[in-house]
Amino acid sequence: MGLPSDSGDLSSEMDVDAYRRLFPTHFYEKHLSLSIRPDSRPLGKARDTTLALGAVGSVDGSALAKIGSTTMLAAIKMEVMTPCTESPNEGSIVIEFHMPPICSPIVRPGRPAEAAPVLSKQLSDTILSSGMINLKELCLIHGKAAWMAYLDIYCLDADGALFDAALLSAIGAFSHLQIPTVSLTDNGKIVVLLDEDESRKLGKEPVNSGKKKLTINNIPFSLTCILYKNYILADPTAEEESIMETLVTVVLDSSARLVSFYKPGGPVLAYMSAIQDCVALTRQRVKELQKILDEAVSGMEVD
Amino acid sequence: MENGRDDGRTPNQLRPLACSRSILHRAHGSASWCQGDTKVLAAVYGPKAGTKKNENPEKACIEVIWKPETGQIGKAEKENEMILKRTLQSICILTINPNTTTSVIIQVVNDDGALLVCAINAACAALVDAGIPLKHLAVAICCCLAKDGHVILDPTKSEEQKMKGFAYLVFPNSVLSALTEGSVAKGELMEHGIITSVTQGVISVEDYFKCLDRGRAASSKLSDFLRRSLKLQLPSDLSKVG
Repeated sequence: MGLPSDSGDLSSEMDVDAYRRLFPTHFYEKHLSLSIRPDSRPLGKARDTTLALGAVGSVDGSALAKIGSTTMLAAIKMEVMTPCTESPNEGSIVIEFHMPPICSPIVRPGRPAEAAPVLSKQLSDTILSSGMINLKELCLIHGKAAWMAYLDIYCLDADGALFDAALLSAIGAFSHLQIPTVSLTDNGKIVVLLDEDESRKLGKEPVNSGKKKLTINNIPFSLTCILYKNYILADPTAEEESIMETLVTVVLDSSARLVSFYKPGGPVLAYMSAIQDCVALTRQRVKELQKILDEAVSGMEVD
Repeated sequence: MENGRDDGRTPNQLRPLACSRSILHRAHGSASWCQGDTKVLAAVYGPKAGTKKNENPEKACIEVIWKPETGQIGKAEKENEMILKRTLQSICILTINPNTTTSVIIQVVNDDGALLVCAINAACAALVDAGIPLKHLAVAICCCLAKDGHVILDPTKSEEQKMKGFAYLVFPNSVLSALTEGSVAKGELMEHGIITSVTQGVISVEDYFKCLDRGRAASSKLSDFLRRSLKLQLPSDLSKVG
C-alpha cells in the first residue's frame, strides 16, 4: 500500500488533490495519455500571454509580461558613458535578471537564487547575439559618449517558462524605450534635457534630436517545451517543470532563424523528431508572440 | 586552399586528445582532459553525507564547483556549472545513494576554445574514476559554423571568435551490448539523442541540423577514445566488461 505501483487502484478512491500530491507522475500520465493537461490545455498550447508597455513611470522604457501567472517586469534606464576603445562607435547593454523572494517558495530571503545569474547570462547572450539592437544606434559622439542601457528584469511570480516571459518583457521594454534628449555643455559634459524647448532656451542644439526610438529588427521569441517520454508539452508551469525535468528552450527570430537551442541535460534524450517538433511549435508561437507585441506597440501609439 | 584552418587541420579533424585518470591523491576520483591546448582538471569527492542545502531523501545530489583559470567566478561560470550539473545528473543513477552529495570540482588549467565541452568530458572521466554508478557515459563536442556555411569541429579560441555561431553538443556514448534491440528507441540509436545542447549565434535551422550530424559522427570517435582510455587503467580481469 502506498507504493507507486498501487496508485492505479487508489485513484478512484482518493481525493484528486491528494492523488496529485502523492503520485504526481501518475497523475500527469493519466492526463497526458488523453492528450490534455491538468489546466485543460492541449499539450502543444501555450498559456494566455499579455504584454503591457510602460508599466514603470520613472524609467526610459518598461514592460510587464505575463504568460499564465508567470509575471516579469522589465525596465530600462539609460545612462551616458564613454565607449570602450575597441568599439568607439557603439553603446552597450547590461542585462540583469532578479529573482526576489516574492516570486517563488524556492527562493529564500538573503540567499540569491541559483537560477538568476544563469538566466541573466542566457538573456544577454540571446539579446546580444540576435542582433535585435544595433549597438551603433546607441552612440552619441564617436569615441566620446555613448548610451549604456541598463536592463533590469524582475520576476514577480515564477510559475514556469521564466526565460520565455523574461525575453518577452525585455523585448517589450526595448520597444517602449524613449531615448532621452541630451546636449553638450561648453565644458564638454553631457546633460540630459527634459524637453527640446529647454535646449532652445539654452541656445544649444540637442546632440540626438529626432532619434528617440531604437529600430528593432530580427526580434527573437522563445518557447520552452518539456520532453517527457514521447510527449512534448509546450510552455510548462512550475509544477510541470518540477515533475518532468527535461526542458528545451528554442529561440527563433522573426525571420525563422535559430538564435538558440538550449537543452541543459535532463533524463530524456532529444531525438531528431522531437527537435523538429519543438522547432515547429516555436514557429507557431513566434507568430502568436509577434501579434501580441504588435498589438501592445500599436496600443501604446494610440495613447 | 579551401576550408584551411589556422593549425592545418581538416574541418572534421579534432585536436589531439589526452586523458589521464587518478592524478590527484586525495580525491575519490580525478581526471585531466586535454583537447589541444585546452586543459581541464576534474576531481570528484563523494558520495558523502548530504549537506543541508542539497538534501533530498529520494535522490543523490550532484554539486558542481567551477574554478576559473584566474579571478572570480562570474555569470558565465555559473551557467557552465548549471549546464554541467544538469548533464551529469542525467547520466548518473541518482537513486542508488539517496540523501548524499557528490561534489565535482572543475579546475580550468588552460582555455583555448571548447572549454565547456572539455570540462564535461573531464568530469565524466573523473566520475568513472571515482566509481560513481552511471547509466552511460557522455561525450561532448563543439561544432562551429563558419561564415561561409561549412561546419568545423573542435575550434580553438581564435577560431571560435571568428565564427557565425557554435553549438556545444553532448551525446551518450555508443553502447556495446549483446542485445541489439536494447539501444534502439523508436528506430533511432540511443547515441543519436542529445543530452545537452547549447548554441550561440544566429544560424538557420538547417545549419543546426548539419552541426548535429557532424557532431554525432565525431562523437563516436570521441566515445571510442574515452572507452579506450578508461579501459587501459582497469585491472585486467575487468577489461572484458569495459
